[in-house]
Amino acid sequence: MPETPAHMSAAAIAQAVSTRKLTALAATEAALARIAAHDKTLNSFTDVTADRARAKAKAVDAAIADGKPVGPLAGVPFAVKNLFDVQGLSTRAGSKINRDLPPSPRDATLIERMEAAGAVLVGALNMGEYAYDFTGENVHDGPSRNPHDPTRMTGGSSGGSGSAVGGALVPIALGSDTNGSIRVPASFCGIFGLKPTFGRLSRARTYPFVASLDHLGPLARSVTDLALAYDAMQGPDADDAGCAGRSFEPTLPLLTHDIGGLRIAIAGGYFQKNVFPEAVEAVARVAKALGATQTVELPEAARARAAAYIITTTEGASLHLDRLRKRPNDFDPAVRDRFLAGAMVPAVYVDKAQKFRRWYRAKVLELFNSVDVILAPATPGTAPKLGQVNFVLDGVELPVRANIGIHTQPISYIGLPVVAVPVPLEPMPIGVQIIAAPWREDIALRVAYALEKMGVAAAPAPRGI
Amino acid sequence: MADHLDDYIDAVARAMALPVEDAWRPAVRANLEVSLRLALLVDDFPLPDEAESAAIYTA
Repeated sequence: MPETPAHMSAAAIAQAVSTRKLTALAATEAALARIAAHDKTLNSFTDVTADRARAKAKAVDAAIADGKPVGPLAGVPFAVKNLFDVQGLSTRAGSKINRDLPPSPRDATLIERMEAAGAVLVGALNMGEYAYDFTGENVHDGPSRNPHDPTRMTGGSSGGSGSAVGGALVPIALGSDTNGSIRVPASFCGIFGLKPTFGRLSRARTYPFVASLDHLGPLARSVTDLALAYDAMQGPDADDAGCAGRSFEPTLPLLTHDIGGLRIAIAGGYFQKNVFPEAVEAVARVAKALGATQTVELPEAARARAAAYIITTTEGASLHLDRLRKRPNDFDPAVRDRFLAGAMVPAVYVDKAQKFRRWYRAKVLELFNSVDVILAPATPGTAPKLGQVNFVLDGVELPVRANIGIHTQPISYIGLPVVAVPVPLEPMPIGVQIIAAPWREDIALRVAYALEKMGVAAAPAPRGI
Repeated sequence: MADHLDDYIDAVARAMALPVEDAWRPAVRANLEVSLRLALLVDDFPLPDEAESAAIYTA
């Protein structure tokens, strides 16, 4: 049995709260107490919204007492990457500069939807500056720390989201993923992460990075919790021009459906290079459990990664151009220098990167005529040490920061849905990407659920706190 | 291009009123070198003249 409600899954909390075995306030207090006890080590939270959380929890308890419906996430504490607007807080997006913004007048759409389902927001989470990061380090707020070894990176840029969920401070966190920023911290922190199809979840009232590539999604310690949160957040939203008009397509009822009929293949070529042995081992374990032996080649994946890089650096530079001119010394110097370089990339290359995107999308979609799921590493290896600059991959010394996302970038570039599942290797966990065709989050979640039931994928208990 | 990259950085920084202090230049240059190397990889790929951008505006 879990020691406290803080260790319970979201599904278990919601079940206990809705049947009056646990109050939402008790679940919230347990999360706040665990944050108070452990976040000095993890540094995952930048804001704890305790008063708001207690008020919301009491409202949930009052609704239950009155016999009113409270939703499938009744009393479930959750937290959000600090690029989500939280009413009353300045949306810092990991930066120093944005702290000067006025407090947000309204929550992000996804927070509103989580709370409409009964969840309780307990705070905002640390992240890499302006999301241009794969490490989880932040010069202004300090690094978020890995819950399995606080001397290691969480991965980024949703580093606080990975740390808070992996450390069992909250059962669910929301993050963003432009090039891998949900899947990388999920891998390093040993948890599940869902990057939905591009356009699936509303980005309204969140601070952008790269409009062409930005996705939002949940991180959790179980697939059921991931599906609960994802289902609660689906649906069109006129406040995000990039949000597709698709109606609600529930995944939770489908999790237990048999996966025997699914055609599952392993990504070859590019995705089997630049990997440490632990990434090879993790993919092999998942493939064996699923009976996957076929290999498929995503054509021109290296070029796809290059194109994603170009779109990212130029759109990011465009977003911050005025701040680069007026407040260059208030950026993290490493982020500033990347944006300055991005501002100098000729526009012709951005156009070519967007044209190549359409070509690559068509070729990869052809693969989904013969397979339903593609497996690939989420990261080249397990979490590096904080501050680590280089690692040696395939005999070549490479910069850590630029290479953590090499296996995630060619997937998010064309917006495919992915569940990153944690494989609990020793001494550190590592993730595997379960990749499906556009709009088939249900398939990726079903496969992840099957792996969880087989014990191949699991979020290990935090060992570093 | 690499031989002229410092000149290019100077010219673009002036034209766009971007501050590039001397201490930042090596990192800006290193990042730009990576971007241009990756951009050339994309540029090398033959696409038909009729190729449509993925960033299509819908009226």
